[in-house]
Amino acid sequence: MSNVAIDLNGVTKSFGNKVIVNGLSLTVASGECFGLLGPNGAGKSTIARMVLGMTQPDAGKITVLGVPVPAQARLARRGIGVVPQFDNLDLEFTVRENLLVFGRYFGMSTRAIKAVIPSLLEFARLESKADARVGELSGGMKRRLTLARALINDPQLLVMDEPTTGLDPHARHLIWERLRFLLARGKTIILTTHFMEEAERLCDRLCVLEHGCNIAEGSPHALIEEHIGCNVIEIFGGNPQELGSLIRPYVQRIEVSGETLFCYTPDPEQVRAQLRGRAGLRLLERPPNLEDVFLRLTGREMEK
Amino acid sequence: MSEGYAAALPANAWNWVAVWRRNYLSWKKIALASMLGNLADPMIYLFGLGTGLGMMVGRVEDASYVAFLAAGMVATSAMTASTFETIYAAYPRMHHQRIWEAILYTQLTLGDIVLGELAWAATKAFLAGTVIAIVAVVVGYAAWPSLLYVLPAIALTGFAFASLAMVVTALAPSYHYFVFYQSLVLTPMLFLSGAVFPVTQLSAPFQQAAHFLPLAHSIDLIRPEMLDRPAGGIALHIGALCLYAVLPFFLSMVLLRRRLMR
Repeated sequence: MSNVAIDLNGVTKSFGNKVIVNGLSLTVASGECFGLLGPNGAGKSTIARMVLGMTQPDAGKITVLGVPVPAQARLARRGIGVVPQFDNLDLEFTVRENLLVFGRYFGMSTRAIKAVIPSLLEFARLESKADARVGELSGGMKRRLTLARALINDPQLLVMDEPTTGLDPHARHLIWERLRFLLARGKTIILTTHFMEEAERLCDRLCVLEHGCNIAEGSPHALIEEHIGCNVIEIFGGNPQELGSLIRPYVQRIEVSGETLFCYTPDPEQVRAQLRGRAGLRLLERPPNLEDVFLRLTGREMEK
Repeated sequence: MSEGYAAALPANAWNWVAVWRRNYLSWKKIALASMLGNLADPMIYLFGLGTGLGMMVGRVEDASYVAFLAAGMVATSAMTASTFETIYAAYPRMHHQRIWEAILYTQLTLGDIVLGELAWAATKAFLAGTVIAIVAVVVGYAAWPSLLYVLPAIALTGFAFASLAMVVTALAPSYHYFVFYQSLVLTPMLFLSGAVFPVTQLSAPFQQAAHFLPLAHSIDLIRPEMLDRPAGGIALHIGALCLYAVLPFFLSMVLLRRRLMR
């Protein structure tokens, strides 16, 4: 087995006249966590489905765990666990039965499944809910059950489509902690997200997608360094246009998102001095993060 | 493209069993209510029409009307049970609950799932038809040995109608469309296939049409056995039912692949 888990080469997919994925090439190495970032409609979910062989590309080559997809997707899926964007747990069953039924889809014997269920329940922190019906679980518990279900076949690769969307912060942190545990055990993860914090915390490398094109790729740190490289001051509570023209001479770049002005500057003191004495303004200075990269790379489009 | 269709076919001869077992586990929890639902209708028809109408019409094709009707109801209950399982249970599993989508994350293919669903619907049809047949035997409208031939015919009927209903499931944008299939296809078929009165009562064109209906072939297999008559054209009837089981299966696969795996 090579150390490449996923290889996409010139992959294109359209629905009707709409190009969803446009000549995309990327490689995910074994053991890394790779993030697909992008606004809604950028093609993230379609890429995840193509990796699973559930959507056929119009052009390009896809190799997953060493086998061509979709031609031999079935073989690839034996080594993959999937956490989808929307829970599709079996509502007629209990937590334990969900795992049992799912294990059988992988051809596992009842005995083999029952042997791994306790450790999966422990991993998902659902020991006390083993015989509860899925409908009784909270959103966070359902996600954890989905994650446990994805691990039933002891996969090398996890494909996760927005794994924490819709969860409260506590539930989200618990999922992140569980995912880091899996990464430490050598699993490969490809995840789609539009939470920058999630990408920054988990991903070794990521690519930013827009209209199905890869517009930036690298480690979170390298992307921040390359595209921002200086501190950020967020300014709320004034007219962004007016404030923008006032401080423009002292900053590298200004980005407006909603009513917030993002000001990228190597010299924060100058900016503060310009704004001193203005009532009702709130200033927040902080180191740059992935969200700044994202806004910079996709911001032009959002302003249109 | 053809490569994609090949990858969607059943992967092997046993993968579908996992889907069947999923449905069985779910059914076990509500087995009694489910059986009642499948049996009440044909039983009421059998004894309601059988005794009520039976008194007025007397003998039909040299048998009591109830005995004549019993064979029709065995086939009809199989038709209804497997159709309803496919359109009212498999459809939501595919559409609302996204259970098929979850199964597609595993080493199962779309073909494995469809085959498992068909086998499950045929199982429920087999159960419903068998109970009616046993009741008919117990009440004395047929002999015990006839079951030996009737039971496989019930299973085949179940497969054929599950397969046909799977095409409807693959095409239906929502539940509402199933009404058309029930009232425009199944109900007319009931009256054109000789379930409640002999086909010979129909005008010539309808009699011709009946030769193409799967329910008619099923009844022509089951009724002679239950009434202990010489049966004709057995190979033809079995062949026709097999065609109705196999061709819609492949058609539904193509349609479902287009629907679920775009």
